[in-house]
Amino acid sequence: MNIQAIDWLHAGPPMAAGFLASLVEAVEAMTLVLAAGSVRGWRSALLGAAAGVLLLVTVVAIFGKTIGLVPIELLQVVVGTLLVLFGIRWLRKAMLRWAGAIELRDEDALFAAETRALAARAGSARRRWDPTAFLTAFKAILLEGTEVVIIVIGLGAAGNRLLPASIGAAAACLVVIAAGAFLYRPLARVPENALKFAVGVMVSAFGLFWFGEGLGLHWPYGDAAILALMLILLACSALAVTSIRRSCS
Amino acid sequence: MSLFRRVLALFFDDGSLALVILGVLVAAGLLKHASVTSSRGAMVLLVAGTVAALVENVVRTARRNMNQNNRMGPS
Repeated sequence: MNIQAIDWLHAGPPMAAGFLASLVEAVEAMTLVLAAGSVRGWRSALLGAAAGVLLLVTVVAIFGKTIGLVPIELLQVVVGTLLVLFGIRWLRKAMLRWAGAIELRDEDALFAAETRALAARAGSARRRWDPTAFLTAFKAILLEGTEVVIIVIGLGAAGNRLLPASIGAAAACLVVIAAGAFLYRPLARVPENALKFAVGVMVSAFGLFWFGEGLGLHWPYGDAAILALMLILLACSALAVTSIRRSCS
Repeated sequence: MSLFRRVLALFFDDGSLALVILGVLVAAGLLKHASVTSSRGAMVLLVAGTVAALVENVVRTARRNMNQNNRMGPS
């Protein structure tokens, strides 16, 4: 990738979206790895996490090379469709949680439940090699990491912004790993629903923009249309949630 | 298999909403390529259709969930 060709002035939105989305996913993965490590043993849990990261990196390395061969319009339409579906799914869930229609996610409760489940399967003493801890950490990293990869590729691939989106995602993962290692417990204070709401808005806006570009639509004011799309999604979502909350109070 | 389902679930949480969104995207694409409407028309359909589908789905789901909770009463 030609670093000088990247327009760093316009790299902010994909970097911020990559950071926020990855922060949410990294917290979820960290919660499960911490639960597996503290109950079943750190060696197997950390090996499982490392194996998950290795598999993800391999997939990205292979997929990253082939993505350059796809025609840009096709890439924009496919990536735009996936981002819209992905972003709207997050936004829908965040709106329902904000409206009080479904419960907020609680990392402490998830940590406690996962710890109980793993302890029930633990038997007596901790073994040196524990396949349950390995698989729990491996699955957590692979599944949450897949979401991060989809977001990073989606935000960056269609506009030569893969590097800023990757930097944002890597920074989020490092922040969560450092905080998890320091606090030694899940980051329950991260306002997950607010983050999911913001990321849902950002990812959906990017998706609509890329899809339109792929169709050959000429957005007014070019890339600045992404911000307008974010504002439209934010305003409509906030209005809908306020209206639901009012009608139920 | 469960891993494949989990990956699919990244995009399809509520099947009906996903289908409507895909319908909006396809309709905007067809309108653009059939030149039935101007570029701006397809743009409006794309944005307004997606937002309308999302808001309708959230309002309907919230009402359904809250009605169910009211019927069950305080626990």
